[in-house]
Amino acid sequence: MTSKSMLLSISLAAAAALASGAVSARTEIQNKGSDTLVNVAQSWAEQYGKINPDVAVAVSGGGSGTGIAALINGTVDIANASRKMKDKEIAEAKAKGHDPVEHVVGYDALAIFVNKSFPLDSLSIPELAKIYGRGGGATKWSDLGITIPGCKDEIVVVSRQNNSGTYAYFQEAVLGDKGKFRQGTLDMHGSKDVADLVEKTPCAIGYSGLAYATDHLKTLCISTEKGKPCVKPTEETAFDGTYPIARPLMMYTDGKPKADVKKYMEWIMSDVGQCIVAKEGYAPVKKVTCK
Amino acid sequence: MANSNTAPGVSVTAGGAAAFDRRNFDWYVDKAVQAIVFLCGISAIIFVLGIFVFVTKEGVGFIFEHMNVREFFLTPYWFPSDADDPEFGILALMAGTASVTGLAMLVAIPFSLGAAIYIAEFASGKTRETLKVLVELLAAIPSVVWGFIGLVIMNPLIIKWFDVPVGLCVLNAGIILGLMAAPIMTSIAEDALKAVPDRYREAAEAMGATRWQVTYKVVLPAAKNGLLGGVLLGVGRGFGETMAVLMATGHAVNIPDSIFDSVRALTATIAAELGETVVGGEHYQALFTIGILLFLVTFIVNLSADLIVRGIRKG
Repeated sequence: MTSKSMLLSISLAAAAALASGAVSARTEIQNKGSDTLVNVAQSWAEQYGKINPDVAVAVSGGGSGTGIAALINGTVDIANASRKMKDKEIAEAKAKGHDPVEHVVGYDALAIFVNKSFPLDSLSIPELAKIYGRGGGATKWSDLGITIPGCKDEIVVVSRQNNSGTYAYFQEAVLGDKGKFRQGTLDMHGSKDVADLVEKTPCAIGYSGLAYATDHLKTLCISTEKGKPCVKPTEETAFDGTYPIARPLMMYTDGKPKADVKKYMEWIMSDVGQCIVAKEGYAPVKKVTCK
Repeated sequence: MANSNTAPGVSVTAGGAAAFDRRNFDWYVDKAVQAIVFLCGISAIIFVLGIFVFVTKEGVGFIFEHMNVREFFLTPYWFPSDADDPEFGILALMAGTASVTGLAMLVAIPFSLGAAIYIAEFASGKTRETLKVLVELLAAIPSVVWGFIGLVIMNPLIIKWFDVPVGLCVLNAGIILGLMAAPIMTSIAEDALKAVPDRYREAAEAMGATRWQVTYKVVLPAAKNGLLGGVLLGVGRGFGETMAVLMATGHAVNIPDSIFDSVRALTATIAAELGETVVGGEHYQALFTIGILLFLVTFIVNLSADLIVRGIRKG
């Protein structure tokens, strides 16, 4: 190709792009938020990009608070959240001229992780509240009558940074409406960091989305009260609600989704999109049969 | 360091202005360069003022509307994102910053003073030059790399040696921060020692003093202001450091009662939370209020360091 014809083709292409405007040009959907959902969201974006090369979905994590803050600030199209938006946040969004609309895209069982050397297989919600709650009373494992080999007794309480949806959901579900976290928890900046730290630390206990469970960790069976039968966190128990600390995973859009965002959201709710939720370790919102 | 803007005697030497016009090409270049250099010189002031105004503007709303001074400075509960009852107490964060910086100084001061004394008074020739280059190299290591060392190398070592459950603690961050501050302190301390005139040393040696006696009795007292200034700059460095501290402290809001407790620093709190707050919200403003506090403290520390260092130049 001579340089002249190259120039011509470039200008033609540019003219075509200009003429067609937003219709056929590559559009970008900004998607941000929950660390729990980030792997699912990335997987969706990749698969969707294969079917729809004209649409690029840019996904980033950072925590539910990050996504919601970005939605309120008007810098994203879709915010991922592993907790509901608070009334205060909805009011803030409305004040800035945005109208958040909630879409439940999956369910998660909030898994409680302990080190492999932990002797028991289950804990109860009140025991968790004792460990995590302010004034809960348990700072040593012996306070709960537990001895862990390789641990001198002190409980290493692993939590999440305070904008995390998982943090907020844990606070609500385990510590109750008025409950507060205790001082001195190690606030990790992501679910993966929680899993890594608990894996290496015999004294530790932590929580995060079920998808972060690995074979190097023990995932506890949870009962609502000590002595009652416990439920293992799985996709099924998250979906049917028998696991006591299961929660919906949400996406928020600004107003009813339109155009490309609408198509994307519909695709996410389709069998293909929901199978990706299942594949990443969470529970889909409806019964789907996946390959 | 003072930059003078006086034109080098242009108008004075020109006798008959009409007979000898100096405004040739070089004259214009000279004027242009002076103007550019002047702009660069004052830009630092503009930036500092601009940043201060911005930080104050963002944080001042919190100070006047939401801040309860007692709660802010005297309670250890930092739970700013609670929906019903957010708590903004920075006592634990201040304790975290203070404990880490304090320990860092305990690590850095002996190291850097020793290194400076060796480089300035004892080493000579190739050794001295090599050491100086190495010290500068140490200062050039990015803080995230230091943080990584704290996370990956120090953490398991502390767990193993001291038999504690978690190695991300005051000790870890203090050592990391001490090593980070040491090169700067070494450079400044060495400059201060070099600034002591050689005739002091020669006079002492003529009296039969040994090397160490010269250093200890003559050079160190003469250089003490410069050394103190160097230490204070190191404190400022420690106070303002973020990334390494974020990674090595364990990031737990906690008033430490031993060096093996995890803590959280003021800077790390801003870094970890600012990106995730609603612009203009209460939490956002509270973080900027912490920013104002940090700005003021580092400003005071650096200013006093500067005044002390200037003190020796005059005296």
